[in-house]
Amino acid sequence: MNARGQFPIHNLQFSILNSLAPLLRVLLLLVVLLSPLATFAAERFPPPEFEPGTYTMPPTTTPPPRLAVMEIVDVAVLLGALSLSTYGVLVKRSRRHVFWVMVFSLLYFGFVRQGCVCSIGSIQDVTLALFDKSYAVPVSVLLFFLLPLVFTLFFGRSFCAAVCPLGAAQDIVTWKPIKLPVWLEHALGVIPFLYLGAAVLFAATGTAFVICEWDPFVAFFRRGGSFKMLALGAGFLAVGLFIGRPYCRFLCPYGAILSVLSRFAKWNVTLTPDDCLKCQICDVACPFGAIAEPDEAAPPKPRPGFGRLVVLGTLTLLLMAGGAWLGGRLGLPMSKLNRTVSLAERIAAEDSGAIKDVNDASKAWRALGKPAHELHAEALRVRGQFRFGGLLLGAFVGLVIGAKLIGLAFAHPHDVYEPNLANCVACGRCYSYCPKVLVAAKRSEKKEMPRPTAA
Amino acid sequence: MADQHPSSQCGCGSGACGNGGSAKPSPASIQFKKPASAPAKSAVPAAAAPPSRRQFVGGALRGAFLFVLGAATSLIARVSQKERTVWQIDPTKCIACTNCANHCVLTPSAVKCVQQYPICGYCKLCTGYFEPEPNALNTAAENQVCPTGAIERRALEDPYYEYNIDEELCIGCGKCVVGCVVFGNGSFSLQIRHDRCVNCNECAIAMVCPADAFVRVPASQPYLLKTREKQG
Ligand code: SF4
Ligand code: SF4
Ligand code: SF4
Ligand code: SF4
Repeated sequence: MNARGQFPIHNLQFSILNSLAPLLRVLLLLVVLLSPLATFAAERFPPPEFEPGTYTMPPTTTPPPRLAVMEIVDVAVLLGALSLSTYGVLVKRSRRHVFWVMVFSLLYFGFVRQGCVCSIGSIQDVTLALFDKSYAVPVSVLLFFLLPLVFTLFFGRSFCAAVCPLGAAQDIVTWKPIKLPVWLEHALGVIPFLYLGAAVLFAATGTAFVICEWDPFVAFFRRGGSFKMLALGAGFLAVGLFIGRPYCRFLCPYGAILSVLSRFAKWNVTLTPDDCLKCQICDVACPFGAIAEPDEAAPPKPRPGFGRLVVLGTLTLLLMAGGAWLGGRLGLPMSKLNRTVSLAERIAAEDSGAIKDVNDASKAWRALGKPAHELHAEALRVRGQFRFGGLLLGAFVGLVIGAKLIGLAFAHPHDVYEPNLANCVACGRCYSYCPKVLVAAKRSEKKEMPRPTAA
Repeated sequence: MADQHPSSQCGCGSGACGNGGSAKPSPASIQFKKPASAPAKSAVPAAAAPPSRRQFVGGALRGAFLFVLGAATSLIARVSQKERTVWQIDPTKCIACTNCANHCVLTPSAVKCVQQYPICGYCKLCTGYFEPEPNALNTAAENQVCPTGAIERRALEDPYYEYNIDEELCIGCGKCVVGCVVFGNGSFSLQIRHDRCVNCNECAIAMVCPADAFVRVPASQPYLLKTREKQG
């Protein structure tokens, strides 16, 4: 459950009050019920005038926040790590190179920066900045959102390979990966898009930053956290021993965007398409199921025709319509997660007598003395946003499923083993297995060596 | 060596099979050189090949994306004029509900109690320090409000006492704040300590704060401390 769902339940303030003398309790209850605490914080006991020189008042310390310049450092490190990772993936084609960049990123972005400034979470900041004009998204966060996208558009997912600390944490624990059935891989591959849509919806309505709330690894990076976060992280790491990068493949919303961009990247991971031995070693070596097997039929199947496209296109439209219908209906229950909506519902229930007592939130709101209709109007506005947003979210998921089907039907024919550019996280493992890549590497090494006999 | 055709099913996995390692000229097996007819999958695009459909779509998409990037840059231009902000608790709204102790992404919480000395009454019977009806006005743990014993009581000239918060021990539960605000001057209040706070995108406590007390404040003035004037 969302943590927010808990707040009406416990109320420790009353447990303090219980220990007070009954008279005081009644008095205090009245005080607390009728007004915010602070209004009553008055100078009941005038501060003493100490003899000059007899007492120096300690200062109230105010440790400053992290320096702004450190944000520039973060961006510089990001840029450096992206470049190094890209160099390792595309030019050196070396798993070892990628690995060490990855270890560095895990240490810096993970343990030093404690997983906070993170490209995945930045989706929400950017969304909020677009919808809430008063929100000042830091420029560094914007760059953390944009730079990996640009890199991926040109160089494939080198960000996932060795820069993202979440990816690195999972990559390192990959131990005995099993191969999932292809259909399952495709089916689960829809979840990141659903998650992406939901995260955008919740951020746009100012309801929650779900990606941060359900980030599996920050608790480890911070070496502490709520039980939920620790359990989530432990679960993902345990699953990750046997299913390579489970968060990346089946949840990560940023990975969803990157997978689309990577498909169209200008340069990307390749093995040796021209003289693939079809030895299948790369396929076995890839822990993430990202190597596409050759098409079965020796001469590639004839491309599906226009009729097929029409059928699938219609199906997509139907899926979108169905999704929109479902999402629109889910909008109302989802909106209850919004604090304004839940508060307005609480106040309405209290006013109508359906609920007899008050909770902290309603008490605090009543203390403000604002008219109820304002709150209800605001809640209605948010609810409307959710209804419309749910509709869009449903249609979006329908579109993703449809696009996936079309993509599968019209997959470009290939008769060799090759990385599936959408799913390949550019970890570089296959480079150290493909016999042809090894040979080519050996050759170019030899070529670079000075030849004493050269004329 | 030569009898093994490069395209045959080879399961040995060693680089020695195929035509590797021989002195034969090998025009096509260096990774970056490709015949122009190769599918558009090479590490470096074949310049001579007419653009395939994939290349075209890719180029178009990249163009479209770079356009979006331009739009994003204008967003950057807009936000870069705004001042950097950090989270802080507005003490006039906080009802010291104990959520701050439990909902921060950090354990212990980045929220701590601060003592604002200028408005403290230096009371002998501090309602932020002592349990109601204490057995005796001494520092025995059972007499203290604070569950972690984070408040230090120091005698000054009679009848005044100074109260200091040991931030290492404080868990931000706000129990002392209730005592101080309801019966005393309200010199204790909860504040986010910025040496600890990681300034989350969205403060996890803000999401559960029943009093809506979390606000973003300019990073140059990151605390909302009470002063005597504001106390009024
Ligand atoms: S898929 Fe997501 S979590 Fe995985 S490496 Fe990429 S950005 Fe990080
Ligand atoms: S959650 Fe809000 S009301 Fe509760 S102690 Fe923290 S700031 Fe105060
Ligand atoms: S009572 Fe709670 S808030 Fe006050 S000093 Fe102790 S731990 Fe901190
Ligand atoms: S911003 Fe994050 S670290 Fe700071 S007080 Fe809120 S939850 Fe804790």
